[in-house]
Amino acid sequence: MDIFSILPIDVVGGVILLWIVLGLLGLALQRSPHLICRFLFPAGASISFVLTLTALWALNATPDIAVLPLGLPDLPLHLRLDALAAFFLILLGGASFGVSLFAAGYFKTMQGRVLGLLCLEYHLFLASMALVLIADDAYMFMVAWETMALSSYFLVTTDHAIPDIRRAGFLYLLIAHVGAMAILLSFGVMQAGHGIAAYTFNAMRQVHLSTFWSSIAFLLALAGFGAKAGVLPMHVWLPEAHPAAPSPVSALMSGVMLKMAIYGILRVTFDLLGTQLWWWGVLALGLGLLTAVFGVMFAAVQGDMKRLLAYSSIENIGLLLVGIGLTLIFHVYGKDTLAALSLTAALYHSLNHAFFKSLLFIGTGSILHATGERNMGQLGGLIHSMPWVSVLMLVGVLAISGLPPLNGFVSEWLLLQAFLLSPGLPNSYVNMLVPVAAGGVALAAALSAYVMVKFYGVIFLGLRRENEARPMKHAHDAGPWERTGMLWLAAGCVVLGLMPVFVVQQIDAVSQMLLGARLGNSGTNWMFLAPVDTHRASYGPLYFLVAVAGVMLLTVLLVRRMYHSRTRRGPAWDCGFPAQTARMQDTAEGFGQPIRRIFEPFFNIENELPTPFDTHPKYHGMSEDKLWYLLYLPLKSLTEKLSGWVSLLQHGRIHLYLTYTFVTLIVLLVFV
Amino acid sequence: MRNPELAIIFQLTQLLLVVLAAPLLTGWVSQCKAWLQNRTGAGVLQPYRVLHKLFHKDAVIADNASWLFRITPYIVFGCMWLAAAIIPIIAVDLPFSRAADVIALVGVFALARMFIALAAMDIGTSFGSMGARREMLVSFLAEPALLMVLFTASLISHSTQLTHIVETFAQHQFILYPSLAFASVAFVMILLAENARIPVDNPSTHLELTMIHEAMILEYSARHLALIEWATSLKLFAYMSIGIALFLPHGIISVGNWAGLPLAIGLLFGKLLLAGAGLALLEAMMAKLRIFRAPEFLGTAFLLAVLGLLIHFLLGV
Repeated sequence: MDIFSILPIDVVGGVILLWIVLGLLGLALQRSPHLICRFLFPAGASISFVLTLTALWALNATPDIAVLPLGLPDLPLHLRLDALAAFFLILLGGASFGVSLFAAGYFKTMQGRVLGLLCLEYHLFLASMALVLIADDAYMFMVAWETMALSSYFLVTTDHAIPDIRRAGFLYLLIAHVGAMAILLSFGVMQAGHGIAAYTFNAMRQVHLSTFWSSIAFLLALAGFGAKAGVLPMHVWLPEAHPAAPSPVSALMSGVMLKMAIYGILRVTFDLLGTQLWWWGVLALGLGLLTAVFGVMFAAVQGDMKRLLAYSSIENIGLLLVGIGLTLIFHVYGKDTLAALSLTAALYHSLNHAFFKSLLFIGTGSILHATGERNMGQLGGLIHSMPWVSVLMLVGVLAISGLPPLNGFVSEWLLLQAFLLSPGLPNSYVNMLVPVAAGGVALAAALSAYVMVKFYGVIFLGLRRENEARPMKHAHDAGPWERTGMLWLAAGCVVLGLMPVFVVQQIDAVSQMLLGARLGNSGTNWMFLAPVDTHRASYGPLYFLVAVAGVMLLTVLLVRRMYHSRTRRGPAWDCGFPAQTARMQDTAEGFGQPIRRIFEPFFNIENELPTPFDTHPKYHGMSEDKLWYLLYLPLKSLTEKLSGWVSLLQHGRIHLYLTYTFVTLIVLLVFV
Repeated sequence: MRNPELAIIFQLTQLLLVVLAAPLLTGWVSQCKAWLQNRTGAGVLQPYRVLHKLFHKDAVIADNASWLFRITPYIVFGCMWLAAAIIPIIAVDLPFSRAADVIALVGVFALARMFIALAAMDIGTSFGSMGARREMLVSFLAEPALLMVLFTASLISHSTQLTHIVETFAQHQFILYPSLAFASVAFVMILLAENARIPVDNPSTHLELTMIHEAMILEYSARHLALIEWATSLKLFAYMSIGIALFLPHGIISVGNWAGLPLAIGLLFGKLLLAGAGLALLEAMMAKLRIFRAPEFLGTAFLLAVLGLLIHFLLGV
């Protein structure tokens, strides 16, 4: 093949192959774990980088299609790289670049055999996610989807010697497969009985379904992809699986894999299904809002740092679903520019979440390595011993809290603008309820700031909470590989925050493809983001940053020049209280107490408090998910009961089974 | 912007004006409170004296304070100064105002709050983390309510730019928007909560169990404390300016109108005098709530704001 005729899709295919080869090499190099860490993971990272650049190139190009001579008879494997896939490939490449670099340092201490397997699963996981994005028929899609689920299951259960981790992995596998079944059914509905060749996405695009069947397909897809994304009430696996997995894996699962589900929803709803109905949007909006508020509420009461982040992912998925719901509503009512605005908000937020959540998750990995502790109540004061990690994590924390001038704010701003533009819809109920839903979004956003103050404050600030078993004094900062990975993701948060106009222009290609409208930028120049027109709203983060920095610098200079900068160190004042110890600081439970109290009806709370006279006081507090008891346990006992009935037939004796066969034959002969 | 140089001059004037006048407003509110409590009071210039004293002292920093603790006062001061500077209080269409609309303004307040809460936790005292926790509690309840108020105004004026909101409202001759009436009550409640005022917090208390804002800044001294105090004044000034811009925008001029400038400044001071006195009166009439009554208070504010929004939809104004 001529080098100049290489298409983006060829490069993506090559990337997938290279990832698989790297994984297999890892398996072969089991005996030399340092080679795996030193070469294979950085090589994987550079492939991610190539993928990002390729996808950026493909975003504005015409869609590429490829058909591989593999697969089922009558159904060869179809691949397609269009703007939607390219956008999510950028997300995959950008986030996995940082995570793979981090992994090169993080897995250093791991045993060879485990590391070899892990390297295989890790790269297979990445390859399968890329394959999900470029799949263009249902068969290919499901194969990639299942590979993704299985490889991530094995990654989650890396430490399978621990029973809790096996349990978490099983829960994840179960819900992933329930979801996969729903997705498969949804594809089945969409191909509408036209035979096996109709399982290509292109054939599905041609089919015109009745509103009833397209609603069924949408609901099935929403349930299936929702299970993977952690939409209420199928969120229970997230807070179990994310803490169980090694940190780089949690970062990929939360930052990238959840977005694959968002991709799936977008692909089915806007691309494969020809028509949309307004109530789908209302459903998605409502479900998203519930998920967001629920997620952040539970994040606020967690004591385990990775569980906290997992719940925060649930919140962010909720916000994404709100964006998608709003897009649907606008699109159905023919307001395509507004639909483009809310779609842009959702896609922008996906990208942002990939960066800051991956950053925070790998940061917890560094903390875990340094201290061996996941419980925030045992940490504290790490800002002194881990300067790099603490600065980079601060960027992530500010970004996820949606504060200007970082990236989280831009997508939140776009989403709120979309809400503000909703008046004028022909349906007056929707018209009235939608801006009120903006209040829910604002609540979730404000609560996430609470959660992040707790997260950062309890882990990094304050005094070290000394623990006899693991002295925190030896907590060391992250190594160079880990730092580079975190630095990349943190830089991503800053750049995505400061260059919104550029990012929005890229996302326009996706809006054009899905909605046939682009947002454009009516701002006068590249510094001001003005989605609709400058009079309506504009936001200039660079301008803003320069202004804040200028004012701050001026203040510092003035204070130094006019007065003095004499500083003394002394013991903390604390209202004159002399016997202050590290135990008197808020723990994670303490900081979450107001939330527990305000939202009490939503939690199952279990507290054991020591008496004031206890010399060795022990505290135990749990806030559990009520849905687990109200939905999952009844479901489980129902399943058990049903399988109990079925087991009445099973006795494990061969003559009994022969009798069953005989009876069945007789019955069939009589009736048929 | 018709004339960029002129706009910049107006912007710089406002920057200087707000930073110099903000302590005066705080002083005026305390003086009014003193009068209402039958005290002589320390005079409206007291905040300046306090700032002067604090800037001259040597700063004492706790042994385990990190860099975060030391940069926070500058960040908070910078954010508040900028926030107060972009709100159109004298003239609309200032150059900075395009960088941040009302949503971004809420973001700036949130940024400052986040840093101050983190700095409070940095020393690791029980009061610090208690203050941070309570501050975040109040803010997560107040922020949605504030956004709802701002949304009502934005929906009426079809813009989230304060400049445009002011222009829309100032054009009409004292039309009473029913939706804005609800929003204004909600806004006053939010103003009380966000500025650490009675009934949610008490700016003059150091009683351990009740303080919120003061608990967070317990460890600050000298120039750091001065900057934070100044930033607190600026925040009050900024909130009052938002209130004026939303509910009483009449008399705000456009950039370049030199002749109208003295009148605009005079009007602004008049409005602030009244608002400050009103704030003192409100504070004197109410008792402080228990901290766990604060959610009810702010929940009411949120509902009022939502009611305003719904009324806007029902009546179309």
